[in-house]
Amino acid sequence: MMCETTDSGPEQDIDADSTHAGGKAGGEAEGDAEGEAGGEDADEAELAQFSALLEDSAEDLYEHAPCGYLSTLMDGSIAKINTTLLHWLGYRRTQLVGHKRFADLLTVGGKLYHETHFAPLLAMQGQISGIALELRTADDTRLPVLVTSQVKTGSDGQPLLIRTTVFDARDRRAYENELLRARKEAEKAGAEAEQARAEAERARQAAESEHARLRQVMAILQKSLLPPELPQIPGMQAAAYYHTASADQLGGDFYDLFPLNQSQWGFFLGDVCGKGPQAAAVTSLTRYTLRTAFQHTTDPATALDTLNTALYERYTGTDPRYCTTIAGTITPHGDTLHVTLASGGHPPALLLRADRTTAFLPTPGGLLVGIMPHPHFTTATTTLNPGDTLLLYTDGLTEARTANGPRYSEDHLHAFARTLAPADARQTITALTRLLESFGTGLDDDTALLALSNPTAHTDPEDA
Amino acid sequence: MDAVSRNNVTVTGRPDGPVLMLAHGFGCDQNMWRLVLPMLAERFRVVLFDYVGSGRSDPSAWDAQRYASLEGYAADVLDICAELDLSQAVFVGHSVSAMVGVLAAAHQPDRFAKLVMVTPSPRYIDDPQTGYTGGFSAADIDELLASLDSNYLGWSAAMAPVIMGNPERPELGAELTNSFCATDPDMAAVFARTTFLSDSRADLPSVTLPTLVLECTQDVIAPRQVGAWVHAAVPGSRLVTLNATGHCPQLSAPEATAQAITEFAGAPR
Repeated sequence: MMCETTDSGPEQDIDADSTHAGGKAGGEAEGDAEGEAGGEDADEAELAQFSALLEDSAEDLYEHAPCGYLSTLMDGSIAKINTTLLHWLGYRRTQLVGHKRFADLLTVGGKLYHETHFAPLLAMQGQISGIALELRTADDTRLPVLVTSQVKTGSDGQPLLIRTTVFDARDRRAYENELLRARKEAEKAGAEAEQARAEAERARQAAESEHARLRQVMAILQKSLLPPELPQIPGMQAAAYYHTASADQLGGDFYDLFPLNQSQWGFFLGDVCGKGPQAAAVTSLTRYTLRTAFQHTTDPATALDTLNTALYERYTGTDPRYCTTIAGTITPHGDTLHVTLASGGHPPALLLRADRTTAFLPTPGGLLVGIMPHPHFTTATTTLNPGDTLLLYTDGLTEARTANGPRYSEDHLHAFARTLAPADARQTITALTRLLESFGTGLDDDTALLALSNPTAHTDPEDA
Repeated sequence: MDAVSRNNVTVTGRPDGPVLMLAHGFGCDQNMWRLVLPMLAERFRVVLFDYVGSGRSDPSAWDAQRYASLEGYAADVLDICAELDLSQAVFVGHSVSAMVGVLAAAHQPDRFAKLVMVTPSPRYIDDPQTGYTGGFSAADIDELLASLDSNYLGWSAAMAPVIMGNPERPELGAELTNSFCATDPDMAAVFARTTFLSDSRADLPSVTLPTLVLECTQDVIAPRQVGAWVHAAVPGSRLVTLNATGHCPQLSAPEATAQAITEFAGAPR
């Protein structure tokens, strides 16, 4: 009698009495025990008084218990039902007792469950508890309940009837529904989060692969802006180095060394303003324009004029593009090399002489190439005697950040060259490459180096 | 995947006895037969199994499309017959499984000698057009399927712990708690849909096997009108009304059920 356990302390005594009475009467005829079982003294009177105050009878406890109470015969037909359950279901007693079976009160799913689980388990175990079912009320609404049943057996052990308590589980069902809804939502949110994560991962992989592809494209493009390798020139040594500051950015530095005719060679080195694809396009235009210009002239200033015209006409108005360049020719003459060069706003070339002297080859006043319609480019000449080296560089070198703060500079470079001279082209480039590496992350711009030297026996071992 | 492990096949009883294949219905598994099994095993070689999606069948074999039709369940039966090389078996099908047996026998008649239909129903929903009484209105079945979807009823996994062991009969204890008609709710929902929306009435007149129809005096799932309908529809069938209540006489009246099966299955053709 599960429902009785919901009653509080004092009533339990009375319940015990009613149970005894019921047992004596047998079956469902609950006796009218009014607490006659007694104490020996004043307690008895007190108890009786208390019971009277409650106005409780076993009958009342049964009929108006806070739970439904149902007795069925072994075939399921309803033999007795309390007022509470009748009230919940909306039936009159006569509609049910002797006319309906417990399963008739169930929903279809409940009937199936009753047939396949509930009744067999009850028959085997003698009791079954806490089963969630739904009852169909008289007006065909659904009442969620928790059902506990117990088989009452006779003295010979034969099952006589089934006692069933029915608890109103509407609140619990509403709560369970809420839990179920929350769980479904959580599962949905979890699935969505997982999906989003997977999508983000796919996007990341796609971006990474795209990035790798882009780097590859840029590496190829960057290479196309430089000669694949320097030509071997009799009586001359050439070396170059290119530092790429970022694999993600196309640099704007460039250089080249190429034959002009049977006896002359052309070269240039420069730096286009800016970075990225637009700068690379200017670099490309610059390089091929200079190469083409040198097909028609052996005068470096004229070649720069041609370049200036091309850049000025191509990049004007809202998108001015320009570069700094040193272009020159080199002509072997006996055991010397005659150099003529012109500069458009570029840092001056540096000479490392065989006699250990070093000097910039001044090209003052040369304007940036591509910024004015008719600029004047400064020309300078020099002769490379055996053991002399001419160094061209971009400002990536002279404007690198050094470890202790200030930028590297032309003065620093000059000082460095003094420690180096005499040095041939390869030695010079090797030493400067090490210098660039020593800058680490301070070398934040692309840097191009081109060295040309007149190698002779004078390039002596003491240079090392 | 072999059918024996896929369908959790159990073969027991007399090795030289006639073959009895016991097929459970919706909502349970081969445990449904445990009370009649000892009696049947004395005389027969008994083959028990769980349909895929029920009991301890292999969940990885589940295929919502295959088992959305009774043919899928019949294919389970035939797979088992082929693997065990069964012929002339007596197929005992409970509830919807009786119709699964009809389908299986139609495909491979040589596998089967007789058919026992335990509280069969070829259609659970009333069909007012033909005057057929199935016992349920279409609305009833809709509600049932909805309640399975919402998993309110006792077959939810959460309810398993409340189906307690029985101190008086410890053999029914923990094992029963965990395995008694264990079902995966999602798979059970598909089986329920397949079962309760099925209409196998047209298959019955072409049954050629000797057939026993067992019904109960009071069955809320397959009322007596359905038993009578099946009896009338299957040519030459025998109808036995067990003095038992409910839809599962093999549980509520195991002796009478086993006896009826034995008498019919054990008799010469």
